[in-house]
Amino acid sequence: MYSFEPTEEQKMLVDTVARYATSNLRLASHDADEECQLPIGLIKKGWELGVLQASTPESYGGFGEHSAVTGVLAAEEMAYGDLAAALSVMSPGLFAVPILLAGSEEQKKEYLPPIVEGDWTPYTAALIEPFYDNDLNDLKTTAMLDNDGYVISGNKSYVPHAREAKAMIVYASLNGMTQGFIVSNGHKGVQVGERQKMLGINALPVYPVKFDNVRVPSTNRLGGTDGHDFSPILASSWLASAAMALGVSKAALEYAINYAKDRDVFGMKVAQKQSIAFMLAEMATDIEAIRCLTWEAAWLVDKGKEEAYKEAYLAYTGAADMAMMVTDRAVQILGGHGYIREHPVEKWMREGRSFAMLNGLAIV
Amino acid sequence: MIEFEAPKPIAQQSYVLKTVAENMMRPVSRYFDEHEHEIPWDYINFMHMAMKATGAGSLAPKETPKKDADGKERPRIGYQMLACMLEMLSWGDVGIYLCTPGGGLGAAAVQANGTPEQQAKFLTRFGEEKPAFGAMAMTESQAGSDTSAIRTTAVLDKEKNQWVLNGEKIFVTGGQKSLEEGNGLVVVWATIDPTAGRAGMRPFVIEATSPGIKVSKLEHKMGIRASDTASLVLQDCRVPYENILGSPEVAQEKTTTGFKGAMATFDATRPLIGATAVGVARATLELLKEILAEQGVTIRYGLPRQKLTSIERDIIDMEVMLRSAWLLVIKAVWMADNRKSNSLEASMSKVRGGDVVTKITQRSVEIMGPLGYSRDLMLEKWFRDAKISDIYEGTGQINRLIVARHILGYSGRNLR
Repeated sequence: MYSFEPTEEQKMLVDTVARYATSNLRLASHDADEECQLPIGLIKKGWELGVLQASTPESYGGFGEHSAVTGVLAAEEMAYGDLAAALSVMSPGLFAVPILLAGSEEQKKEYLPPIVEGDWTPYTAALIEPFYDNDLNDLKTTAMLDNDGYVISGNKSYVPHAREAKAMIVYASLNGMTQGFIVSNGHKGVQVGERQKMLGINALPVYPVKFDNVRVPSTNRLGGTDGHDFSPILASSWLASAAMALGVSKAALEYAINYAKDRDVFGMKVAQKQSIAFMLAEMATDIEAIRCLTWEAAWLVDKGKEEAYKEAYLAYTGAADMAMMVTDRAVQILGGHGYIREHPVEKWMREGRSFAMLNGLAIV
Repeated sequence: MIEFEAPKPIAQQSYVLKTVAENMMRPVSRYFDEHEHEIPWDYINFMHMAMKATGAGSLAPKETPKKDADGKERPRIGYQMLACMLEMLSWGDVGIYLCTPGGGLGAAAVQANGTPEQQAKFLTRFGEEKPAFGAMAMTESQAGSDTSAIRTTAVLDKEKNQWVLNGEKIFVTGGQKSLEEGNGLVVVWATIDPTAGRAGMRPFVIEATSPGIKVSKLEHKMGIRASDTASLVLQDCRVPYENILGSPEVAQEKTTTGFKGAMATFDATRPLIGATAVGVARATLELLKEILAEQGVTIRYGLPRQKLTSIERDIIDMEVMLRSAWLLVIKAVWMADNRKSNSLEASMSKVRGGDVVTKITQRSVEIMGPLGYSRDLMLEKWFRDAKISDIYEGTGQINRLIVARHILGYSGRNLR
C-alpha cells in the first residue's frame, strides 16, 4: 500500500520534538549562533526526548527498533527548531547508529547501553575531509593492516564535539573501501585541533582531527574483523542531511509567510503580490515534493531494498538544492530586513548552504 | 504507517498497461503525430474491449469500495490506480492516451457534480458495445483560466421543460470524438444568469444525439496531435431539464455550487494531469539514459557534486525532479482515495508535474545536441507533447495561485 500517514508512536514522538523545537530551541537559536555556544541543559533536554533511544532495541538499552523513517521525521522537527542544536543532540548517534547498523554483536553490547541509557554524553564520528573534492567513498585517510591491528593516518575536518567526545568512529580507506574504526579520544596519535569557524551552524563545536599513525586492534573495526558495508551508513547520513534540510526550509518558509502577511506595501500586504505569493507557492511545493522523496528513501532503507542507496542520494541532492533555494528566497521576501541578523532567515540561509558539502554531520 | 509499496492490483495493472504502451502506442506514436486528426482506432477498440472485459466501462474509479469475503471494506485505491495507469499510458504516448474511450473529463464532471441517478443515467453508455467518449467544455475565446467569465447561456424553456444553450466553446479535448464518434457526451459549462458571475455557472450534459451542437473547428497543435481539440458551437441546443448536473435546487438558487463543482472536478483531475506529465518525463529520461549508456556515459550516483560531470549533474537533477513529482502525485491521489481534502496537494502536484516535464524534455533535447533536434529520435516529440501539461486543467500560474492561497490562508479576494 501507499500511505503518507505516520504511526501513532511516530506522531507522538514528532509532536514531542516539535514542542521542544518551538518552545526551547527556537528561543535559544539566535543567541546560540551569535555566541557560538548552546546551553548544555538544552542539549540534555533534547536528548531526553529519546529519539535515539526509541531507535535502539531493548537488548542494547533502548526501547524500539531502528527506523530510518522515524529518524527522518524526528530530525526534520529538531532541525526546524535549530540546526546546530539538532546536530549536537544527535551527535551520539554519529557513533551509535553505525554500530547499530553495522557493528558486531560484541560492539553493540559493549558500546550501546552506556550511551543509550545515560544522559547526553558527547560521542562523534570523523568522516569529512578538508578537500574540495571530499568523497566519502574515496577517502584520503587510510587504514593499513599491521599484524593484528590497523594503523590509521590522515586528516579529518568538521568533527562535531571532537574535543570532549568519549570516542569516535573514524572512517578511512582500507584497500580503497571506506571502513569505520572505533577510536577512543585521547588515543595515542589522535590530535584534535583548534575549533573551526564556519559560514553557519556556529553553535555546533567542530574540530579538525589529525590521525598520526593511530594504532587500533582489529576488533575495533566496525563490524568486527570482517568489517562492514559502508553504503547503509552513507545512505543513513544522506537521509539525516535531507531531513534536516527539510526542517530548516520549513522554518524559513513559515517565517517568510508570516512576514509577508504582516508587512504592508502599496496599501496591501506583501503576500498579496503575486511575485511574492508565487515564490512562496514554489517553496512550499518543493518542500513537499522533497519530503515525499525523503520519506520514500527512508522507507527503502528500512526495507533493505536495493534502490535505497540511490534514492537516498537523490533525496539528499534534491534536499540540498531545495534548502538553498528556499532559504535564499526567504531572505529575499524579507528584503533588507532579511539581511539583518535580528531576523532568523539570514541564519537559515547560511545554514541552507551547508547541506550540499557537509554531509556526515548526522546520521539517522 | 508510511509506506511506498504499490498495492498488488496496481502493480499488476501497470504491468499489463506497459505491454499496451509498448505494443500498441509506441509503434504508432510517430504516425499519429504526423497524421493529425486521424483517430487511433486500433488502440481505442482494444482499450474499449479490455475495459469492458474487466467491467470497468471507463478508467474512472468506482464510488463504492470493494469488500473482502468477510464484508470488510478494502482500502480505496481507485485514484491511485488511475494515476498509475495514466502515467504508464502517457509513457507510451500521451496524445494517443487522450483518445482513450470512456468518460474522460466529461465523466469526471458527472461524477463530481451529478446525483447518483444522473451518474447511472449518463455513465452506463461507456460500458456498452461500441466505444464512446466524454469531454468537458469550459474554455471560451474570452474565458480561459477566468472560468467565471464564460458567456455561453442556458435558458429554461418552461413549457417544454428543456434547457436551451447558446454559445461557442473552444479547446475541448476529445470534443469531436465525443459528439461524432459513437454515443458520447460533453459536459458544457454555461451561465443561467450572465450578471451573476460564478454564481450563475452550471454544468449541463449535452449528448451526441442532442440537437443544436456541432464541431466547428479542429485545432492544429504543437503536440499531443493524436488528440482532437475541438471548437463547439451551440445554437439553440436543447436538452431535457434533468441534464443540469446536481440536485434540482441547483437550477433555481443563486449559488456557487456549480462553480465549486468545477473546482472539485479539478481537485480530482489535476493530480492525473500530473501523472500524465510524469509519464512523458519518464519516457524522455529513460530514452536519454539509454542513448547515453550506448555512448559509454555512466551516471555515478553517490559522488559529491564537485566531482560530477555536467551531464551527470543534469541527469541526477532530473531524476530528483521526476521521482519527487511522481510521489507528490501519489500523495494527492492517496488523499483523494482516503477522502482527505487534497486541493492544495492536487495543485502542488500539477505545478510540479508541469514544471518537471517541461524542464526534463527541454534539457534532454539539449543534452543530445544536434541529434536532439531531429525527428529521428522521439525526444523532440516529447518536448512538444510536454508543454501542454503546464497549461491545461489550470496553467502552472493558476495552480501556483491556488497553492499560495492555501498556504497563506487567503481567499480569492485577498490574493487575485
